[in-house]
Amino acid sequence: MAEAQVKPRTLPYVAAITDGVRAVLREQDNAFVVGEDVAGAGGVYGYYKGILKEFGPDRIYDTPISEEGIVGLGVGASATGCRPIIDLMFMDFMGECMDEISNQMAKMRYMFGGRVTLPVTMLTMAGAGASLAAQHSQSLEAWICHLPGLKVVMPTTPYDAKGLIISAARDNNPVIVVLNKMSLGMMGEVPEESYAIPIGEANIVRPGANYTIVAIGRMVHEALKAAEQLKDLGIDAEVIDPRSLQPFDTATVVKSVEKTHRALVVHEAVRFGGIGAEIASQIQELAFDYLDAPVARVGAPFSPVPFSPALEAHYVPNADRIVAEVKKQLGI
Amino acid sequence: MQVSCTTCEGAMSNKPTLHIPHPPARPGDKPDFSYVALSDPGAVDRPEVNTSVRAMAYLSEELIRVMDDDGNAVGPWHPHLDERDLQIGLRHMLLTRLFDAYMVRMQRQGKISFYMQSLGEEAISVAQSMALRPTDMLFPSYRCQGLQVARGRSLVDLMCQCLSNTNDMCKGRQMPVMYHWARGKIFSVTGNLTVQFPQAVGWAMAAAIKGEDNIAVAWIGDGSTAEADFHHALTFAAVYQAPVMLNVVNNQWAISTFQGFAGGERRSFASRGPGYGIASLRVDGNDFLAVHAVTEWAAERARRGHGPCLIEHVTYRAGAHSTSDDPSRYRPRDEYASWPLGDPITRMKQFMQKSGCWSDDQHEKLTAELTQHISESWQDAESYGTMTTGPFLDRSELFEDVYRDMPAHLIEQRDELRRLIGED
Repeated sequence: MAEAQVKPRTLPYVAAITDGVRAVLREQDNAFVVGEDVAGAGGVYGYYKGILKEFGPDRIYDTPISEEGIVGLGVGASATGCRPIIDLMFMDFMGECMDEISNQMAKMRYMFGGRVTLPVTMLTMAGAGASLAAQHSQSLEAWICHLPGLKVVMPTTPYDAKGLIISAARDNNPVIVVLNKMSLGMMGEVPEESYAIPIGEANIVRPGANYTIVAIGRMVHEALKAAEQLKDLGIDAEVIDPRSLQPFDTATVVKSVEKTHRALVVHEAVRFGGIGAEIASQIQELAFDYLDAPVARVGAPFSPVPFSPALEAHYVPNADRIVAEVKKQLGI
Repeated sequence: MQVSCTTCEGAMSNKPTLHIPHPPARPGDKPDFSYVALSDPGAVDRPEVNTSVRAMAYLSEELIRVMDDDGNAVGPWHPHLDERDLQIGLRHMLLTRLFDAYMVRMQRQGKISFYMQSLGEEAISVAQSMALRPTDMLFPSYRCQGLQVARGRSLVDLMCQCLSNTNDMCKGRQMPVMYHWARGKIFSVTGNLTVQFPQAVGWAMAAAIKGEDNIAVAWIGDGSTAEADFHHALTFAAVYQAPVMLNVVNNQWAISTFQGFAGGERRSFASRGPGYGIASLRVDGNDFLAVHAVTEWAAERARRGHGPCLIEHVTYRAGAHSTSDDPSRYRPRDEYASWPLGDPITRMKQFMQKSGCWSDDQHEKLTAELTQHISESWQDAESYGTMTTGPFLDRSELFEDVYRDMPAHLIEQRDELRRLIGED
């Protein structure tokens, strides 16, 4: 028995979110969850299933359908020292509550002369590919990365989902955790114990020698597939998952580019004005002398997400698109 | 943190406690609709259409009903529709229900990816549509397919939208059931809640500015009243006395969230109207005649320049929220059988049979005729393409209509995509 190998526990991404929330509620007495359909129903994507039963009705609250009310509640409650986890069912619904996010949650500490602390965590769901059309599929991380006062993380694996939720809830600033609906079934190792992933540290998910791919959110997995295809072209790609977009781990990316001399940034958000533009710009500012080619970018076209699966398949970036862009960049 | 889970435990302690609304019954419990405030059929009076908001405020708490439990039409709100209109109304409701049932089956068979039915709520869309003018502008929620049916939309068009095929009015860009119909004056359905309430007020204001006597009519559910847009719409409608009819379809459930979470436990949804200075009526939403009469009254009030109306339709969402929802997780399976206001089609049929203008035989024949019409329409719709077999939408539809005219950078992206997928 003593010699038995303990098999690491694997969970789907959706259960890792639950595990993260559970860990937060266990370690933070003044943490509680608020959102639409979260308590009784366990959330539309089911990641709050069992929370009500385990922690009782004073730790998870169903709310009226008012995103502005939910974020306002999170701001008000966190100002008292509580650590609310507020749930925004779809990232697209930020449109309903952007004043509370942008003008209140992000700026309140600054404008109150530092006299208020808002340890609020917002979980929200982004991502295309599920035939949910233009109002339930967007990746709007660029909106919130542009707001001083907020932190923004995007977990891409079950392990990161749990760890980043825990870090977000321990943080004394508002943190938005952007989840991806197409990753919910993805399996991965998730330790039982509570653990934190430092916010602002990128993860090199695939070391490589002569090409750097910075992939945001679910595109990490497409980048890994692309890296396999690129091997045939003699390219050994390093894939970096920033995990945190605000703050952004520029050092890790720059160090990689100094080694590889070529870089591509990919996200599923619309390419124009996306966070990839900021990252490409930083690479060019800080590693210009090391670059053998302009930094390439892959993102969605400048149009809303379509519903039709036939159209959506050509909308969302994928491994093939990344490979095509690399070839174009390198003239091969 | 102190939370009270029953209705009024807070009174026991000297400290504030939070009240968490609870539905009257969860799965396995006996259904309990004792919380639904009812008035007797025919008991509520019908004021003149120019009555002041203050003088008619009680109508927001009463329940306007015409049909009694025995199929008689009683009281001052009886619209005295002729036989032909009753038969058309029943036909539209039945067609809506059969169409919904067919489309739910198609979703189960994997022919479409998603659907939302209006089971149990057919009287609202159909009776309201019939009580309005064809030139009035409608802003439907996603459970208002009866509006499309009653205004004569081809089922093939509705089916093609759900199939997202080459004949899809939305050109592959919208989720199923998010129909629109410019010619039929029906605005696009949106998946984002309540956004159309202020838009309807804007449309109504523009109609008044242009000197028309058309009104705008919008629908949301009980849950959606929690969104800020509800407040914006009522404020603007009241301030400008816009010719708009704002409907709240209180079907008790917003997905899994009980109407108490939208604030329906203490006062009716209609009772919010008078607070804004808006005439408000609460009506039995499963009573075709009552809905028709109330709509006619509110339309006349708006058209004659006496201002907006808020109408709460008390009904029950008999089906799932959508094909992605399973209500047996959160409410008793048989709850609908206990709903005190019955089923709109059953009641209409009972009333018409009692009035001598409908028979079981006619009903059976009509059901068979409509069923056949639906399955023929489906054959027709599939000829424009299905989810799995062509013809498919042109990929350039990704780039059309982002702007009125396609700008140069989108033309470039379109051509780039064509090159990438080898279509060029």
